[in-house]
Amino acid sequence: MTDAAASVENKPVTAPENEAMAWDSKARRMVVLWLPLTCFVLILLFPFYWMTVTAFKPDAELYDFNKFNPLWISSPTLDHIYHLLFKTSYPSWLWTTMMVAFGATFLSLLSSALAAYAIQRLRFKGSQYVGLAIYLAYLVPPSILFIPLATMVVQLGLFDSPMALILVYPTFLVPFCTWLLIGYFKSIPFELEECALIDGATRLQILRQITLPLAVPGLISAGIFSFTLSWNEFIYALAFIQSSENKTVPVAILTELVTGDVYQWGALMAGSLLGSLPVAIFYSFFVDYYVSSLTGAVKE
Amino acid sequence: MTDASLSTWVHRRAEPSWLGRLLDSKPFLVVVCLLPAIGLLMTFLTYPLALGIYLAFTDTTIGRAGIWVGIENFTYLFQDPIFWGAVFYSVFYTAIATVGKFGLGLWLALLLNNHLPFKSFLRAIILLPWIVPTVLTAIAFWWIYDPQFSIISHLLIKSGLRETNVDFINTAWPARWSLIAANIWRGIPFVAISLLAGLQTISPSLYEAAMLDGATAWQRFKYITFPMLLPILAIVMTFSIIFTFTDFQLVYSITRGGPVNSTHLLATLAFQRAIPGGQLGEGSAIAVSMIPFLVFATLFSYFALARRKWQQGETND
Repeated sequence: MTDAAASVENKPVTAPENEAMAWDSKARRMVVLWLPLTCFVLILLFPFYWMTVTAFKPDAELYDFNKFNPLWISSPTLDHIYHLLFKTSYPSWLWTTMMVAFGATFLSLLSSALAAYAIQRLRFKGSQYVGLAIYLAYLVPPSILFIPLATMVVQLGLFDSPMALILVYPTFLVPFCTWLLIGYFKSIPFELEECALIDGATRLQILRQITLPLAVPGLISAGIFSFTLSWNEFIYALAFIQSSENKTVPVAILTELVTGDVYQWGALMAGSLLGSLPVAIFYSFFVDYYVSSLTGAVKE
Repeated sequence: MTDASLSTWVHRRAEPSWLGRLLDSKPFLVVVCLLPAIGLLMTFLTYPLALGIYLAFTDTTIGRAGIWVGIENFTYLFQDPIFWGAVFYSVFYTAIATVGKFGLGLWLALLLNNHLPFKSFLRAIILLPWIVPTVLTAIAFWWIYDPQFSIISHLLIKSGLRETNVDFINTAWPARWSLIAANIWRGIPFVAISLLAGLQTISPSLYEAAMLDGATAWQRFKYITFPMLLPILAIVMTFSIIFTFTDFQLVYSITRGGPVNSTHLLATLAFQRAIPGGQLGEGSAIAVSMIPFLVFATLFSYFALARRKWQQGETND
């Protein structure tokens, strides 16, 4: 984690040197750097643009590319959004998704902060192996687990309940968060804890008053990551939830809005846009945490 | 003298209760701290993993506990052309998508490693495809691949490159390639941003030394950038391969395994047989058959890439 922070700080220093070394002419730089970069950005962003444009187009424009310019909206309309919010259970899907994401995030943060503290700070015998086992748990993909988990969920009487998702999502959140937080705890000087120990603080006081406050950036990173991952999760939500009002946004859009052979693309795109917005807004506030946790987690 | 000082010390510090002492004992604390995480993972990860392997050897269906049938599920699957089709497409999908993601992602990372204005803003918008839920962007791709109203078809026809609409997802091979393209699109940002972090740790003095020795841009990439990136590349690639091979969302959202089962991945086939089809035993057998591929892919990418790094360390010339 510290590496990531250091590298971000180093960047302004190294970049001009690179540039000075490259002796690039302006024209060459244009072709080698700006042209491909623009293509990348355009291609990476185009589906979002297309989603937005479709969501605000009236149906007449949507299916007539020759009369109207398809890349632009001639007469924007809120019909699709209105349909979504008042004619379907979209608000309740959003609410369920939000609850599940918050619940799963809280549960995973709590358990992974404690686990990371135990592994990195209490340093018991075999703590490395516990850390390794938790890391390996991250490599077990949900596609292998959803069938046995579905039978378990039915046996526990949690089928069709968002509670099942809150309990199951930590399986892929805890390993990631623990890993991330171990890195953060590692960057907190051990001396601080030793001082507190000498001053007579109990271990719990140390955790609550010293280690956790210092690890807040790590907790935020792990929190927003968990939130996004829970918001995105699909296969468990598809397998465990049946009734319409308990579905999460991704599942509901695909199973409730796609009806028959005629797809209502306007409503589908409006639904996708609205479903992406909370994560995108969340993301835009914490963009640096995302980048640092992504790169930090890779490097740990 | 000592007695006196000891007694004052004791008075100053409140005697900890049994609870306080318990909370201060290290073994107890370790157990308490690890309990939630280990408990959750054991219950909802390790146990289901074992249960899944057990189910693969039974004929369980939804609503009926199965009996042990040995390898019957597997012998049935090995004669099933749809299963082999899914195996083929899973391997094909993973291989092509990984090459595409890493090629383009590395290129993008190298571009971003230049001195650019609005760098953090650029990085932020490039990560967007990775942040937004896969299903939602997959639906956008579904709409882009629409047989009648595809914007790509329209633009190609408008610019005179094609006469008719492009067939994206209605026949087997185009559908396979279209799904791979969507997967690459979603994977590029993650690869690019992770590799960018790796690139930024490479010391510029290495490049300076190489330039003084007259190394060309390609030589600098081949002998400095690439070897220095290998450790990060190995980790990112292991993850990418695992999650591409077991991908479910993208294929399920766009084609649901169709047309005529041609784009089934093992995960979508397992889902189709197990949940809507009700054959939990058979579905588990398909899911379990992913495990050898995953172990192999992990070992391969880990050792193939990590070993080169060790060799580089030993015989560094």
